[in-house]
Amino acid sequence: MSPDAKPILTVNGLVKRFGGFHALDGLSFHVSSGEILGLVGPNGSGKTTAINVISGLYAPDGGTLTYDGASIGGMASHKLVHRGINRTFQIPKPFLSLTVRQNVEVALAYGRAEVAPPALSDLLEQYHLAELADRPAADLNSSQQKMLDLVRALATRPRLLLLDELAAGLNPTELDWIAGHIKALAQSGLAIIVVEHLMGFIEQITDRVIVMNAGKEIFEGTLAVAVKVPQVIEVFLGGEHGA
Amino acid sequence: MDCRVKPGNDVPQCVWRNMKHDTFIRHLLLIVAPLIAAFAILPGVYDNHLLLFNFVIFLILAQGVNIIYGFTGYLPFGYVGFFGAGAYGFAIMVMHFQTPAPLAVLVAGVVGVLLGLLLTPLLRLSGAYFAIANLAAALAVLHFVANPALESITKGPYGVALNGTFNPTLAYVGAVIILALTLGIVVFLRNSSFGMALQAVREDAVSAAMAGVNVVKMRVIAWLASALVAGLAGGVFAWYVSVFYPDNVFSSDFSIFAIVFALFGGVATIMGPIVGVVILYGIYNLIGFTTPQYFQLIYGVLIMALVLFLPAGLVSLATRRGWNVP
Repeated sequence: MSPDAKPILTVNGLVKRFGGFHALDGLSFHVSSGEILGLVGPNGSGKTTAINVISGLYAPDGGTLTYDGASIGGMASHKLVHRGINRTFQIPKPFLSLTVRQNVEVALAYGRAEVAPPALSDLLEQYHLAELADRPAADLNSSQQKMLDLVRALATRPRLLLLDELAAGLNPTELDWIAGHIKALAQSGLAIIVVEHLMGFIEQITDRVIVMNAGKEIFEGTLAVAVKVPQVIEVFLGGEHGA
Repeated sequence: MDCRVKPGNDVPQCVWRNMKHDTFIRHLLLIVAPLIAAFAILPGVYDNHLLLFNFVIFLILAQGVNIIYGFTGYLPFGYVGFFGAGAYGFAIMVMHFQTPAPLAVLVAGVVGVLLGLLLTPLLRLSGAYFAIANLAAALAVLHFVANPALESITKGPYGVALNGTFNPTLAYVGAVIILALTLGIVVFLRNSSFGMALQAVREDAVSAAMAGVNVVKMRVIAWLASALVAGLAGGVFAWYVSVFYPDNVFSSDFSIFAIVFALFGGVATIMGPIVGVVILYGIYNLIGFTTPQYFQLIYGVLIMALVLFLPAGLVSLATRRGWNVP
C-alpha cells in the first residue's frame, strides 16, 4: 500500500547521551500513516534507545521530534499515549498480578482513545488471549506476554505504534500470523515502526527500512537494496566483507 | 464520552472508567456496614473500652498501610509520623486555639496531608530506600516536636495534658467514623479503575504510563490519602487518651503493628487487613492477659511462620484456590 505523503512522525537530528556515550548521535527519519518502517542495525546501534525517546521514556538531549505537527520531545509517556503513540517492549512488561483482562482494562480506562477503542473481547480473541482472560498475566508464557503488551497498546487506539522486537522468540507459524496482523493494522491507517533482528520478518512486513549504526542512520530504502550497499554490509558483517 | 455498546462487546466501554457499582455496594453492605455496626454495639456489651478503641485505631492504620503499600508498593516504615503529627496537630489546636475536639481532629487530618505533601519527594525512592527514608522522616518529626526549644508550642518532651476535651465516649465515636471513611476509601480502590491503575503502577510504572496512567499523580494521591487517615487517627487518639508524650504517639510500634497486621491478612484487599488486625491483635491481647511471660516468644514464632509459609498473607489461602477475596 502507498503511504501518505505527509509524515506523522519526523525525527530530526535526535541526540541521546548516557554519560559520555552517544546512544543516538543525530538520528533523522520519518514515518507516515499506513506505513511499516523497519529499524535495523547491529546491537548497540541505538534502535531501542530511539523507541524509548519517541515513547517518552527518555528525554532527548538534542534534535527534534515532530508528531502530528507538534513538537513532542521530552513529553511524559502518558501524555504521548493520550496523543496516540504507543509501544511494546523487547522484554514484555505486563502487570503480573493483574488478570489479562484487567491489564487491558487499565489501558481502556486511562488511554483516552480519541475514537472508541476496540472491544476488549475482540482484542483478546484476535491475539489468542481470550481463553486466558481471567488468569494472572504472570501465568502467560513469553510470547503470550508479548501479545498482551500489544493488546494493551492497541487498547489506547494508537496512531503510531512502536514494536520493539515483537517477533523474537516466536515460532515460524506465529511469525506468519503476527506478520498478517501487523500488516492489517498498517492498512487500517496506523504508522508502525518495527525494531527487529529477524531479517526475513523485516522483509516480509516492512515498506522501507532505516539501517542504523552508532546512533545514526546510514541507509534508508528497501531491505532488498540495503543488503547490496557496502556500508550496510560492513556494519553487519565487518570490514573485510564490505569490499 | 462514548458509551455505545460496540458489536461483539458485552459492556459499554465507559463502564471501565467508572466504578463497578454492584460489587462496590455489596462490599459496603457486607463488609463495612457489619464491622462498623459491631464496633458501634460492642462498647455496650464489653467493658474494656480502651481495648475496643485500640482495635479501631489499628484497623484504621492497617487499612492506611494497605492504601499506600497494598495499592502502590511503597512500604511506609515511618507511617507513625503521620499519626504522631496528627496527634500533635490536635493538641496544638486544643491547647492554643481552644478548638472543639471534632474540628481539631479534622485539623489533625490536614496536618497529616501537609506532612505527606512535604514528604512527596520520598516517592522518587523505591523499595528499601523508601522505607528507610520514611523511617528517618518520622524520627525527624518526632525530634522536631519533642525539641525542648519548642516547649511553648508543643510542650516539647514533657508531654501534653488536654483535660478540657477529655471525652472517651465521643472520641470512640469519632474513631469509628474515621474507620468507616478509611474502609470507604479502600472499597473504592478495590472496585474502581483508579484502584486498578494504582495496582498497575505498583506492578510496572513504565507499562502503566504506556497504558495512559499519570504515574506521579496517582502515587501522590494514594500517598496523601494514606497520610490523611493516619493523621485523623492520630487526632482522635490524642482526643481519647488526652495525656501523652512524644514517645507515645511517635512509637514505632504503631508503624510495625500496622504493617504486620496488614501483611498478615494480605494487602490490596478489603478483608486482609481486617482479618489481620482481628486475629493478630486479638492474639496479642489474649496472650498479654493470660501468659504474658511467653508473649514475645509466641508472637515472634507466629510472625516468622507467616513470613515463611504465607508471604502473601492469609487471604492467599483463598486466592491460591482461585477464590476472589474482596
